[in-house]
Amino acid sequence: MTVLDTPSVARSSVTPRRDIGIKRRYAAERRFRLYGMLAIALGIIFLALLLWSVFSKGYTAFQQTTITIPVTFSAEIIDPRNQRETDPKILQAANYPLLARDALVKALGVNPSDRVAVRSVSALVSASARTQLRDLVMADPTIIGTTQTVTLLADANIDSANKGQIDLSVAETSRKVNDRQLGWMKQLSEAGVLQKSFNTGLFTSGASSRPEAAGIGVAFVGSLYMMLIVLVLALPIGVAASIYLEEFAPKNRLTDLIEVNINNLAAVPSIVYGLLGLSIFINFAGMPRSAALVGALVLTLMTLPTIIIATRAALKAVPPSIRAAALGLGASKMQTIFHHVLPLAAPGILTGTIIGLAHALGETAPLLLIGMVAFVVDYPGSPMEPSTALPVQIYMWANEAERAFVERTSGAIIVLLLFLVVMNMGAILLRRRFERRW
Amino acid sequence: MNIITDTALEKALDAKMNTTPLKMIGKDVSVYYGDKRALFDVNLNVRQNTVTALIGPSGCGKSTFLRCLNRMNDTIDHCRVTGLITLDEQNIYDSAIDVVELRARVGMVFQKPNPFPKSIYENVAYGPRIHGLARTKSEMDQIVESSLQKAGLFNEVKDRLNEPGTGLSGGQQQRLCIARAVAVSPEVILMDEPCSALDPIATARVEELIHELRANYTIVIVTHSMQQAARVSQRTAMFHMGNLVEENDTDKMFTNPDDQRTQDYIMGRFG
Repeated sequence: MTVLDTPSVARSSVTPRRDIGIKRRYAAERRFRLYGMLAIALGIIFLALLLWSVFSKGYTAFQQTTITIPVTFSAEIIDPRNQRETDPKILQAANYPLLARDALVKALGVNPSDRVAVRSVSALVSASARTQLRDLVMADPTIIGTTQTVTLLADANIDSANKGQIDLSVAETSRKVNDRQLGWMKQLSEAGVLQKSFNTGLFTSGASSRPEAAGIGVAFVGSLYMMLIVLVLALPIGVAASIYLEEFAPKNRLTDLIEVNINNLAAVPSIVYGLLGLSIFINFAGMPRSAALVGALVLTLMTLPTIIIATRAALKAVPPSIRAAALGLGASKMQTIFHHVLPLAAPGILTGTIIGLAHALGETAPLLLIGMVAFVVDYPGSPMEPSTALPVQIYMWANEAERAFVERTSGAIIVLLLFLVVMNMGAILLRRRFERRW
Repeated sequence: MNIITDTALEKALDAKMNTTPLKMIGKDVSVYYGDKRALFDVNLNVRQNTVTALIGPSGCGKSTFLRCLNRMNDTIDHCRVTGLITLDEQNIYDSAIDVVELRARVGMVFQKPNPFPKSIYENVAYGPRIHGLARTKSEMDQIVESSLQKAGLFNEVKDRLNEPGTGLSGGQQQRLCIARAVAVSPEVILMDEPCSALDPIATARVEELIHELRANYTIVIVTHSMQQAARVSQRTAMFHMGNLVEENDTDKMFTNPDDQRTQDYIMGRFG
């Protein structure tokens, strides 16, 4: 093994290596890795806390207590003077809550002359029973005089009690639900009359001051209108602006200034866009307040810088060799961009657009300023009609005190989060689908 | 490489070369990148059906000159070209010349193989499509096949024309790029160090191809490899610091150059 001997001889003649702190270097690397893991762990903990708090409060919002009972549409109560043929207002203004109350009184076997008891009974069912029964009668007046089985919404307090959200150890007088009502609830649920079912109203109804009848349906439609308009406006404008700036515009002071301004605009607080929309679209251009169109225009302005920055980055990332290849073949600049550069940049553009849209979907502040923080009960038929948006609806519910609104706030947040997750998944899928290697 | 010592033979060769028509003429060509001047009054002619090699150390302006020949320098901001460059006695910087048409006549192959991220077929068919060279699908199929054949690639890829061009090996990709350039029937093909990213076997394949292409096309090739210039070209031009040092028959250039700098460069004293 003379081969091994030679280096040892050589080493002894060489001056020893300087101590460069190998151990310290490794220790520093280990420390850095630890910091990184701690940072990620912290992030995960907070995310988990957020999700836990939202889901634990909100999952009950997807269930709603209902009372299914036979209701007698008695002509004496709806139309005591038999004038409905001549006066259509009779059916509109009839005393429908009385029908529900009578039905419950009958089902529970309460003495109808016991006024206190009867008042407690009528508090079991939601005040929305009025509109529900009225709509039934208006749709088909022939049911007057018959008995129909109707599923009525339980009152919000009863709903909360049924979900076990009301603390029964509190003294009866300072509780929203008294012991008698609790007894009736038990009686009704044993009879299969009082049930918990999936809360479709949460997805279909509009704003209501009664939590059991309030839903995000109208706000959802408003948000949908806005997303569509933002997409239709911001994507083409943003992509066209980016292509021009990136590929055609001469590089001079003016374009530098524009670039700096676009980057700055992306960081402008969204409420400033709301003020801009208020003064330009509503005060100057005279567009309607609370309209999804105005909201969408404001959100378009807000989303454009995001889309432009993402698109320019995506265009920049296309290797110059692809451009050179196309130009070298005699393709015009326009052909080069539209045949080769844009398809390669598409995944990046789509991701940027969807992230911009998701940002716009969750935006509340600018919408407050243009009057979209409105109590909108009916579905907006067009983007010009008053509407509201999902995050604004959440904001409004968060201001309400009732226990039932608390769970609905969280429920709506869950829906919004799911929506955002779906959009981001879409972005990832589109990216995967279009991504090509070169 | 046969060494020519006989002056009579030399003269005869010169005479023969001089009868070859000039395809492109460069007269007092200067290029400026902003304030920086990259080329100084270069006078260099390109002969028809000849391979002209441009050699010289890095940054000497050979690629810049090459890119003037199909106006690829137009795509660079602040780049200005002065002087006269003609293609078949027509000034290519004339406003009457359309750059799209010029680039169809003067094709280009780049240093790094740069196939489009599309199928092999689409890579070749793209040029003929934008120039309207094929009216029917079968005409296009024919152009694609003959182009791939000219590039010596057809037999290797005929069963996978619909697979991505980026999936081929480096040498195959470069031949695909040559097929792509050939597909638009150019008159001149410019090659900017076409083999610098390839291994020796792929390089040999491309050099062989350059030999074959010479029959139908005029070729200008920029290369860093002196051996390659000697192997593939008939004429060689030596650039140094933006100046054309010497332009000569390749055989003469590598045996008995007129200029001392050429001699030094070829002997490996600088560069």
